[in-house]
Amino acid sequence: MTTQHTAPRLTWRERLTRIDVKAMPYALVSPYFILFAVFGVFPMGYTLYASLHAWKIGNPTREFVGLDNYTFLLTEYDRFNWSVVNTLGMFVMATVPQIVCAMMVANALNKRLRRPLLWRMLILAPIVTSVVAVGVIFARIWGNEYGMVNGALELIGLDAVNWQGGRLESWFAISSMVDWRWMGYNALIFLAAMQTIPKSLYEAATVDGASPRQQFWKITVPQLKPILIFTVFVSSVGGMTLFVEPLMFAPGTGALGGGTTGQFQTTAMVLVDILRTHGNYGISSAAGWLLFLVIGVVAALNFLVVNRIQGNK
Amino acid sequence: MSTATAPRSTVPAAPKANPPKPPRKKKQHGANESAGVFAPTMMTRIGLIGVSILSVFPLYWMVVIASRSTADAAGFPPALLPGGNLGEHIQAAFAHPEADLLLGLRNSFIITGTVTLSVVLISTLGGFAFAKLKFRGSKILMGTVLFSMMVPLQQLGIVPLYIIMVELEWLDTLQAVILPFLINGFGIFLMRQYVEQAVPDEIIEAARIDGASTLGIWWRIVMPALRPAMVVLGLLTFMLNWNEFLWPFMVLSEQNPTIQLAIQQASTAMFAADMSMVFTCTLISIIPIAVLFVVFGRQIVHGIMEGSGK
Repeated sequence: MTTQHTAPRLTWRERLTRIDVKAMPYALVSPYFILFAVFGVFPMGYTLYASLHAWKIGNPTREFVGLDNYTFLLTEYDRFNWSVVNTLGMFVMATVPQIVCAMMVANALNKRLRRPLLWRMLILAPIVTSVVAVGVIFARIWGNEYGMVNGALELIGLDAVNWQGGRLESWFAISSMVDWRWMGYNALIFLAAMQTIPKSLYEAATVDGASPRQQFWKITVPQLKPILIFTVFVSSVGGMTLFVEPLMFAPGTGALGGGTTGQFQTTAMVLVDILRTHGNYGISSAAGWLLFLVIGVVAALNFLVVNRIQGNK
Repeated sequence: MSTATAPRSTVPAAPKANPPKPPRKKKQHGANESAGVFAPTMMTRIGLIGVSILSVFPLYWMVVIASRSTADAAGFPPALLPGGNLGEHIQAAFAHPEADLLLGLRNSFIITGTVTLSVVLISTLGGFAFAKLKFRGSKILMGTVLFSMMVPLQQLGIVPLYIIMVELEWLDTLQAVILPFLINGFGIFLMRQYVEQAVPDEIIEAARIDGASTLGIWWRIVMPALRPAMVVLGLLTFMLNWNEFLWPFMVLSEQNPTIQLAIQQASTAMFAADMSMVFTCTLISIIPIAVLFVVFGRQIVHGIMEGSGK
């Protein structure tokens, strides 16, 4: 029976095709969004719920306590506020030199070099190591007694430094781990962006008599602004959730404490400590949300700073 | 905070106006220097060599310490040349009671392999849909992907995820480690970029006219074209997850570690006592990734540069 001309305008086959075209796109993206809902969105909402309750592991009762968990962290639990200071300090110490170095390295890689792939791989090599491995190696480099840096300091007649003891000293050592592991990666991202800058811009500037240094500041840096904003954002998120580097810096029992007096305890370490060591769901959830807010503020501030620096140029 | 739009803005905008002066006047002395901006100077080379040494030295030094006796490792000036004890140390490391390296390696391969397969498959499906199919809400959905790419929800949702795993009695099981990592927003983003370049619209339209279904097009046209991108995404995902620490640290115990947890236990248990043994364990944990890096260096470098949203 042919139905091509009259009543049901579409054949069975055409109808199937129509369903296929309309519905299949959603089916294709659905695995991602289902998993994202279950393991991304739902936990975030659930954290909000948990943060408003007094709730501990192995305890079925959960009592609604409003914002008590938040006020406890902000006003009574000193370690939390200090952890925010520590995390911010290490973030600044790690990110600023890292981005400056990465830009300079990218600029060098952007020149006409022989064997460009070899250079890029050498610069990227630290990425093969896990953070745990970086921690093992750098704990040895910055070690107090047999450390390489202290050995070198003594060799040139300076006093050894107790790298784990002080706040600034430990921040410095831990930042070096972050820098070492991520500088090359960021350099490659900057390099990718630099390669899209039209060569004609540089040629014209050269005709106008601009030196390579001026060209770097007047052409390269402003053109990198979008990628710079992106990188600083990603570094903010990564830096504010810093965890493994400080954990590995002083391995041993109580490593989550971040040093004898918590001098390099980050907020993520406080969160995990409250959750794992004390089994307190409510307070660790509140810590999670506060951390989320801090990340938001830091990312927004960084955005303003990066935008501004560029604007003045 | 409009984080969702940020990655899109990483695609550099075309220069707003072409430079007013055409760079044609070759006779001016400037023409010489125009090559000069991209010609490496002595400083460039010295700087790059210096940075390369800093990059590679800690890795090299790990091999040095792993291959020498602990007494050598602790001395100063520190040993800078490899010794002859590596084979012996590796044997001892696998037999070490403080760290179950074999179990750690096995678990890490299972977790990382599963996660990598899943991320690559789900990303090719989604990347194809976002790049080539028209459907209502695709812009908003893609925005969600970009947002999830920048905000590490897995890390922020770590408390409830942990609670869920406790309630399901999944602590110390591998599925607890695997499940939250089966997707990756970056993967969808990378695949979408690649499909847009690699698969022309005309081919898809022609296949449609020939009566191919959407899944058929994905399987017969998109997947073969995506093979290089799948290798890149697979490599990056494998590296990332092999090195993951925080989440396995939360849900696994010392009895059932990943390789990273095993290393951390080793360093906690015997850091002061046996330095070269800790370094040997660390070296073993790096070998799979190091092999991938050397063999597929070109693809990895490419993937990172492409993924930046160039």
